[in-house]
Amino acid sequence: MAEIDENLAQREAIDVDRSKGDFKYEESYAFDAGVGLSASVVDYISKVKDEEPWIREFRQKSLKIFEGLPMPTHWATTDLDNIKFDKIRYYLAKGQKAVRTWEEVPDDVKKTFERLGIPESERKFLAGVEAQFDSEAVYSRMKEELEKLGVIFCGPTDGLRDHPEIFRKWFGKVIPAGDNKFAALNSAVFSGGSFIYIPKGVKVAQPLQAYFRINAENFGQFERTLIIADEGSEVTYMEGCTAPKFETATLHSAVVELVALKGAKIQYITVQNWSANVFNLVTKRGVAEEGAEVRWIDCNIGSRLTMKYPGVVLRGKGARGEVLSIALANDGQHQDTGAKMIHAADDTTSNIIAKSISVGSGRSTYRGLVHIPKTLKNCRNNTECDALLINEHSRTDTYPAISVRGQKNSVQHEASVSKVSAEQIFYMMQRGLSEGEAMSLAVNGFVNDLVKEFPMEYSVELKRLIELQMEGSVG
Amino acid sequence: MPDSLVIKNLNASIGERPILKDFSLTVPKGEVHAIMGPNGTGKSTLSKVLAGHPDYSVQSGSALLDGEEILGLEPDVVARAGLFLAFQYPSEIPGVTIANFIRAAIVARQAKGAPFDAKAYYTELYAKMDALKMDRKFTARFVNEGFSGGEKKRCEILQLLMIKPKYAVLDETDSGLDIDALRIVSEGVNRMRGPDTGFLVITHYQRLLEYIIPDRVHIMWDGRIVHSGGKELAIELEAKGYDWVKTELASA
Repeated sequence: MAEIDENLAQREAIDVDRSKGDFKYEESYAFDAGVGLSASVVDYISKVKDEEPWIREFRQKSLKIFEGLPMPTHWATTDLDNIKFDKIRYYLAKGQKAVRTWEEVPDDVKKTFERLGIPESERKFLAGVEAQFDSEAVYSRMKEELEKLGVIFCGPTDGLRDHPEIFRKWFGKVIPAGDNKFAALNSAVFSGGSFIYIPKGVKVAQPLQAYFRINAENFGQFERTLIIADEGSEVTYMEGCTAPKFETATLHSAVVELVALKGAKIQYITVQNWSANVFNLVTKRGVAEEGAEVRWIDCNIGSRLTMKYPGVVLRGKGARGEVLSIALANDGQHQDTGAKMIHAADDTTSNIIAKSISVGSGRSTYRGLVHIPKTLKNCRNNTECDALLINEHSRTDTYPAISVRGQKNSVQHEASVSKVSAEQIFYMMQRGLSEGEAMSLAVNGFVNDLVKEFPMEYSVELKRLIELQMEGSVG
Repeated sequence: MPDSLVIKNLNASIGERPILKDFSLTVPKGEVHAIMGPNGTGKSTLSKVLAGHPDYSVQSGSALLDGEEILGLEPDVVARAGLFLAFQYPSEIPGVTIANFIRAAIVARQAKGAPFDAKAYYTELYAKMDALKMDRKFTARFVNEGFSGGEKKRCEILQLLMIKPKYAVLDETDSGLDIDALRIVSEGVNRMRGPDTGFLVITHYQRLLEYIIPDRVHIMWDGRIVHSGGKELAIELEAKGYDWVKTELASA
């Protein structure tokens, strides 16, 4: 009996922990675009932000593109049809200006971020933090020495207003509004996100971090991020995200554009831990000029449906692109993830390593695109996708599309599917590990070689998230 | 009996097929008991049933570990209660190093949130690996992945020495071992012998019992013990062969 009580207590403790982001303080919003999507909603957002006419036109044009494009259910899941665009709130904010000290953040919002450990992480290991609450950043701060070096780290509204010469040159160029239906939607109603510029030769040693928090029900978050690393510069950007669990579906649809100029390096890390009612439909792409490197580290643990295929356009000679991706699809989740590598110059190399774990009725899908035209030479791609199935009902699919032409180009593709067997679980349990501990050990073993590539803080966080997911998936 | 593993009238099956039939055996702490018998007589089933393997079902009987019933408990609960099984065919766990695996097993036995003494752990781990003549580089290898038969068995004994259970069941630990490995593995087990541990050594051959000298030898046939004796019984069995069991003991 004592044993049972202890197990119960343990499970309760795990439930509390597992839903780290599943809490909500009541909020009132000074700015609210209402429910549903229309030209006037788009105008409201643009007006609140006091935007220039060209950006307002860009938004309106994007809305038309969005309305004209069909839902991509001819290749993607029909679960997309469950998004009710007319039931969503597209803009909710307390104000448009982010403050620069945690003390100034309104108490209730501050409580949220403190509970998520954001100020603590900032003190420990970050060069700058931006915290977005629903539609707008409430806090944004970067170390002073970086500011002196000319590093810019703000939101797109500030970027548009204060740095139009850099912003306008690149905005919407890597991912045009018409790229896909959700990129068009984001282009129409975007709010929040990061605008980052790293001047020539500046190497930012510590990561810049953004934290995205959805707080309101029936809400859509549409942040827009643009990072420009000028020649020879280096930056690591990290994003985390959570939301409380609502009965109704919530939409998160971001657009992230990266520009790595000659010899620059951008590393973009995502630890996505949305609650299981969030549709997470994100377009992410980087351009790498001569000798530059763009690296996506993409970990998808949460959400109801994630569709995300970070890409790199290798536009300059000798450019490198990399996607390291981990997806964990638990009961009722669908992680539809992958990578795109577009080789557009000689001597370019790309590397894709994707690992997915499917648990219970969870489903993971890998979609890859590698394109090397025949006019190029000395281009190389390596693709590895490994899937791990935890039990009978879980499902994994792989859709690689590789088009490699030309004589001196090479491509290597490996795929594997493995399963955690009942014998492996029994073996580990015989050593004293609970079923959940055994599974999380097996899963952590499966992603081990990839996680080693991550910065330490994130590998610890990821390991913890996997443990919580696996603990919660048994019993 | 508090300081014993007491198995009484155990009936267990896999699917519809009965394998253990009124099996009874008592292993007191401080003693080494050997079970010998031909293939298919239920020796490995016994070890799996004791450890709580989900493929087997128990119809009746009991197994008391120091007075506590272990039948029907989850495998990890049985393990933490003090029963260790050295597997005949240990599983591979890709990506998980031996050092991390044994560490997880030890942490699972600590009070929740108790600090882990990594320095003491590695000191002990290295000392025990030295005793088993295992290269220290082994700690970084993934559990059983790409191991030879002998390496797997050494790794099982290393876990046994680190976990220090109250009772250890060694299932055909001698299979796949050459004579040198057999000697090393046996020395490891012998070093652990003492008043705090009971051993149940399951083997097909007498060879292992030349190195791990048992206190008692039991002959198993068709799901039960048909004959018990001292260490000389193993030698007698080796000389007379399993036909002797079949014709004389099983019919009795």
